[in-house]
Amino acid sequence: MTVDVQDSPTAPQARGIRQTMSDLHIWTGLLLGWFLFAMFLTGTVSYFKEELSQWMRPEIAHQAATPEPAVVAGRIAKELDTLAAGTSQWSLRLTDDRHSVADAFWRLPAKEGARRAFKSAVFDPQTGEKVVAARETLGGEFFYRFHFQFHYMPVLWGRWLAGLAAMFMLVAIVSGVITHKKIFTDFFTFRWGKGQRSWLDAHNALSVFGLPFHLMITYTGLVTLMALYMPWGEQAGINSPALKKELTSELSAFIQPGKPSGEKAPLASVEAMVREAESRWGSGNVARVTATNPGDAAARVAITRGEGGRVSMSPQYLLFDGVSGKLLEDRSSVGAAAETRGVMYGLHLGRFGDDTTRWLYFIVSLAGTAMVGSGLVMWTVKRRQKLPDPDRPYIGFMVVERLNIAAIAGLPLAMSGMLWANRLLPMGLDKRAEWEVHVMFIVWAVTLLHALVRPAKRAWIELFWLGAASLALLPVGNALTTDRPLWRSVAQGDWTFAAVELMFWTFAALLTYLAIRTARHVPKGKPAPKAKRAAPSGQDGTPVKAGARAAVKASRMPPPPPSGEAGMALRSGGEGAR
Amino acid sequence: MSATVSAVTGQATSAGASRAPAAVARIRGVLGVMPLLSRIVAAIGGGYALAALLSVAVLALPVSRPQAVIGGMLGSFAVYAGAVVWVFAVRSATRAWVGLIIAALPLLPFAWSVWTAAAPAASP
Repeated sequence: MTVDVQDSPTAPQARGIRQTMSDLHIWTGLLLGWFLFAMFLTGTVSYFKEELSQWMRPEIAHQAATPEPAVVAGRIAKELDTLAAGTSQWSLRLTDDRHSVADAFWRLPAKEGARRAFKSAVFDPQTGEKVVAARETLGGEFFYRFHFQFHYMPVLWGRWLAGLAAMFMLVAIVSGVITHKKIFTDFFTFRWGKGQRSWLDAHNALSVFGLPFHLMITYTGLVTLMALYMPWGEQAGINSPALKKELTSELSAFIQPGKPSGEKAPLASVEAMVREAESRWGSGNVARVTATNPGDAAARVAITRGEGGRVSMSPQYLLFDGVSGKLLEDRSSVGAAAETRGVMYGLHLGRFGDDTTRWLYFIVSLAGTAMVGSGLVMWTVKRRQKLPDPDRPYIGFMVVERLNIAAIAGLPLAMSGMLWANRLLPMGLDKRAEWEVHVMFIVWAVTLLHALVRPAKRAWIELFWLGAASLALLPVGNALTTDRPLWRSVAQGDWTFAAVELMFWTFAALLTYLAIRTARHVPKGKPAPKAKRAAPSGQDGTPVKAGARAAVKASRMPPPPPSGEAGMALRSGGEGAR
Repeated sequence: MSATVSAVTGQATSAGASRAPAAVARIRGVLGVMPLLSRIVAAIGGGYALAALLSVAVLALPVSRPQAVIGGMLGSFAVYAGAVVWVFAVRSATRAWVGLIIAALPLLPFAWSVWTAAAPAASP
């Protein structure tokens, strides 16, 4: 029938589904857990990436009231006439409540650069002019990009790695649910100060509380990049340019430039087009204006609908003739599967909602981060009790323990390091934006070194404290380096700037709490005090060593079943050898 | 998983102290990891292949091509996750593979019809 060892007569009874699923849960959760933790934390922060970007560009003044989007669009379109003269395409992102500046990018004429070279600029909505004064930074956009493509590696590798991690997460969620027998009652169970039990309860509560969200965010995360991960249907079935175009238009509102006529003609009023769109969708719902072949008789302008007020990322746009200003096409719906994808995409990004929705996203997502973190820590908590010599654990245990410290306690510190770099790096520094990112990774690498050289518990506490201090002092650093200190932000009603700094303090408080709890923590449920364990080695070194090695081997294996026939038998066997 | 069990047998024999059985035990230990490796390959590679196969087979459905393509992509991850869970839930690595193949069999003719139809580049 089969050749599997499990079926051989010496093996114990086949293990139950809960046990196998528990193993699957543990190992899928652990192997890419550190990537998942980083993805979760940076992704959580990304729900406020616009706000963070504003904070990271303090030169751009707080906009108490942004002018009408239609007027802004008209102004900047004129500016782009000269700034991006001769381009085959420009695309402008308009202002909204959270995005106080307009930014645009445009394609460079073919001869000037490589095949697909782009230039971009940020514009002041009040004047329509290019903002030159803002410091060079990636802003909150960096965390957003990092959470699905990482850094220091080709973008595609990063995205594949993120996809693999998300797939592991999905399997961990499904197997975790199967493992969990009393999913409802356990949600109301919490046993404080009971060592491993408490970790398990915390992990359960965090997971179950946000389960629909965690499942949704993981699956929809895969959906955002599904064309990359599952290209086979497209490769097999989309075999003509017409079909390719049809598929693209179901997924994206980004229009590609057609052939220019070569005949010059001025662009019609973009302001009027935006107004037309607003009359259909309501004001403030225009996200983007894209013009192809501007200045040519074959010009086209697409006005794209924003994500506010509809839980979908499906493309909706009005297409205008760029010269006559006549409406050519009103694309308002896509097919059923495409709409499903649009909704899933929209759910992942969470940009549809108001501030309340965004805060809910942020909080549940933070619970997801804590879920991954507590799961990682539990792996070591569970195994530490079984260590023959807690001071000298086996290499696998050490790797997990130290990586946990650097990933969980080190990342917040590293992220705050990037924010410090944003304030402190000299303005004229070459590649300043990149250096901000380098600083983050340098700090992160230092936290790993720290975690390696310090005793584990000390490393946890110290990094938590450092992270808390770094975040708590950021508003002070900001007050000293810019003319927008917290008190002025509050006085002027600039709540975006103020809220970002208040969040730094909230996170600082959270890290302080973790530092204090870790410091007060007394490991419970140790099978025997250290002195007792050390005693035999005083009498005779060698046999104890051998016994210890056997026990190490035992603990290196996947965890024994909790009911424990196999596991107990195994360990008593090891002790017998001693 | 099966590695646990094989390590158990390995250890029990080495405790028996004579040298030749120890070597045998070591070989057995290495072989004992094979079912686990087989499952890992089945889960990551086989699961992906099954999901990809589904995403192609759905193109045989009588719906518009772009919708079928998108639908196939959307559903594929659920199939992948399900396949991985299956691979580790069943009693042996062999069963895991057999299950994957049985799931793939009904999809194959549909996927095949898509692939062969794709050759003469005509839009449906």
